[in-house]
Amino acid sequence: MYRYDQFDEAFVRERVAQFRGQVARRIDGSLTEDEFKPLRLKNGVYLQLHAYMLRIAIPYGTLSSAQLRQLALIGERYDRGYGHFTTRQNLQFNWPKLRDIPDILDLLADVGMHCIQTSGNCIRNTTADHFSGAAADEVEDPRATAELIRQWSTMHPEFDYLPRKFKIAVTGAPRDRAAIRAHDIGIQVVRHPVSGEVGYRLFVGGGLGRTPMIGKLVRDFLPKAHLLAYLQSLMRVYNLEGRRDNKYKARVKILVHEIGIEEFRGRVEAEFAALDPAAIAADPEEVARIEAYFAPPAFVKLPETSQRLAADRARYAAFDRWVETNTFPHRQPGYTAVTVSLKPVGGVPGDATSDQMRTVADLADAHSFGEIRVSHHQNLILPHVRQDELYALWTGLVGAGLAEANAGLITDIIACPGLDYCALATARSIPIAQAISRRFASPERQREIGELGIKISGCINACGHHHVGHIGILGLEKSGQESYQVTLGGDATENAAIGQLLGPGITATEVPDAIERLVAVYLARRQDGETFAEAVRRLGIEPFKAGFLAAPAESAHAAA
Amino acid sequence: MPLLDADGFRADPWQRIAPGEPVTGEAVLVGLAELPAVIAGRSNTQRIGVEVVNTVRLPELSPFLGQIDLVAIAFPAFADGRAFSLARQLREAGFKGAVRAVGPVIADQFTHLVACGFDEVEVPDAIAARQPEDQWRAALASYGATYQTGYGAGASILERRRALRAGQGTAS
Repeated sequence: MYRYDQFDEAFVRERVAQFRGQVARRIDGSLTEDEFKPLRLKNGVYLQLHAYMLRIAIPYGTLSSAQLRQLALIGERYDRGYGHFTTRQNLQFNWPKLRDIPDILDLLADVGMHCIQTSGNCIRNTTADHFSGAAADEVEDPRATAELIRQWSTMHPEFDYLPRKFKIAVTGAPRDRAAIRAHDIGIQVVRHPVSGEVGYRLFVGGGLGRTPMIGKLVRDFLPKAHLLAYLQSLMRVYNLEGRRDNKYKARVKILVHEIGIEEFRGRVEAEFAALDPAAIAADPEEVARIEAYFAPPAFVKLPETSQRLAADRARYAAFDRWVETNTFPHRQPGYTAVTVSLKPVGGVPGDATSDQMRTVADLADAHSFGEIRVSHHQNLILPHVRQDELYALWTGLVGAGLAEANAGLITDIIACPGLDYCALATARSIPIAQAISRRFASPERQREIGELGIKISGCINACGHHHVGHIGILGLEKSGQESYQVTLGGDATENAAIGQLLGPGITATEVPDAIERLVAVYLARRQDGETFAEAVRRLGIEPFKAGFLAAPAESAHAAA
Repeated sequence: MPLLDADGFRADPWQRIAPGEPVTGEAVLVGLAELPAVIAGRSNTQRIGVEVVNTVRLPELSPFLGQIDLVAIAFPAFADGRAFSLARQLREAGFKGAVRAVGPVIADQFTHLVACGFDEVEVPDAIAARQPEDQWRAALASYGATYQTGYGAGASILERRRALRAGQGTAS
């Protein structure tokens, strides 16, 4: 894991002092509310429906156990004993008081954390594959690149007042688990097909919100040493040319759409040609310094499979189910990566209590080299667990209510905070997720249905990523009533696709039945081993549309 | 509007000349449309500056950069950051004269402005009244070093690390 050196530490302390000063200058009238607002947003402080919300950056979703314990402490001392993990691998506290925020920032700085650029029209926290450094299919751990981008983008003097927010995601593997094509810039670490050199493939102009778009290829191969110069060129084109007349048309995706990817690429390349990449790049020693932090931990040499695990699985059925759903193949023989589900049946997706955070921190120390990841699915990951120790880990999770065996299944629902918290929301999200989760609570049924991602947003801004859900749900307000639009066929992976609308909006109480009907179509029509997403790709939307539009009583017949 | 640089508020030696007005004075600030004629008709010692909107493109200014001493760029709003990139492009193109931000920028942006190549800001009276000189000075001193190499005068964090590795201490 990356650890702050004296310079990172000094910078974060200076940022806290600056924010303290900005709060004081707001109070004494030096800053107007209009001037203060972007300053507080750039430091993660939102004004929500009921209270301030503080969004804490978790760069590329990687946390140490010490950091997670500190978050637990802050949750207890300054919030209501819990925190909320977001779809951008961050953590939000929903109930801090404005006057406490500088003190919270000090506590964060004590463990090398901060809220820098978690909001505002700037380059946001860079995200990455949550299985980085563990996944078997990786060309390279993308976090060294993400850390380099974190440093470069931190308070970049040229790009701190952009037309709109700007999100960057990095993956090191061909299987995209970081949703890179749903980001303003998506970066894939690739190996050059001829030379074998490791470099980057870049996508631009992805994004969800009210105009969802899939990122377009802007550079097929970029040498690693050119990354910062290329990013500077691209950001400069966006900063100068991006629309500022309408905030809904200000993201880079609109610029790319309006001038076309060829023209956009040409402008970036022209800017890039005028720069000296070597003058902007981190020197090789600095790159090596960062990479060293992401070297693999001290794995023990183990056989590929664990007899102990096999025996434990044979003995305990619930454990066996959990291993089946919540582990991910590790590149190191004898190890696995574990998903700690924050989606208990009927719970709030992404919420964790301070006690739960401490439990996960302790278990990470005991079983995962003290390292935790936050996934954009709003779950936690223990990336490096010995298969031998899975049963011990599971027992610890069971005690904390964290052993739901549902990673990737229909109850592993992504939901934004919605109208329960958010000032922008037009409908509730959390209660919809809870109702679906209760409806499909049966473990057997969930496994029978298999991999199925439901994503829920409580407004058109799409924080719940509904456009890329296998089933997407968008909550709107129609004549004073909540109305939910359902989309099908979205995909956030390397097969990125925007979901298509199934029909008119439905009420909150109709949602579980509607999901039920879609599942029935899938179960009736699927071929051997075909997942929900694959079946939708093969069958197209029409059979599902028919199922969606059928009255509940008819649906069983229609699907049979 | 009050003028301020890293040393604080100071008198403005530049005189704005509206289109059609006689171009007299030691240091004259004119619009881009007037600039070619003003350069052609300048007296020996006269200094010329140009005032532009933030949507002007570098190629429109390039032909004149060797003949002018000031580029003043408008900020229609403090959150409109286009001028940061334009100032950088001017510096990267080798412009050695002064670059001025004109408009409602705030003290909290002073480090950004300086790092991107601005030398001075001309702000509305209301902002100068709310944000006196000490706030602008404090803003400039708020960070010992930042991460971007080539922005601003001091060594970046990356350069300081390199210096430290080379055993030269943290010289700036």
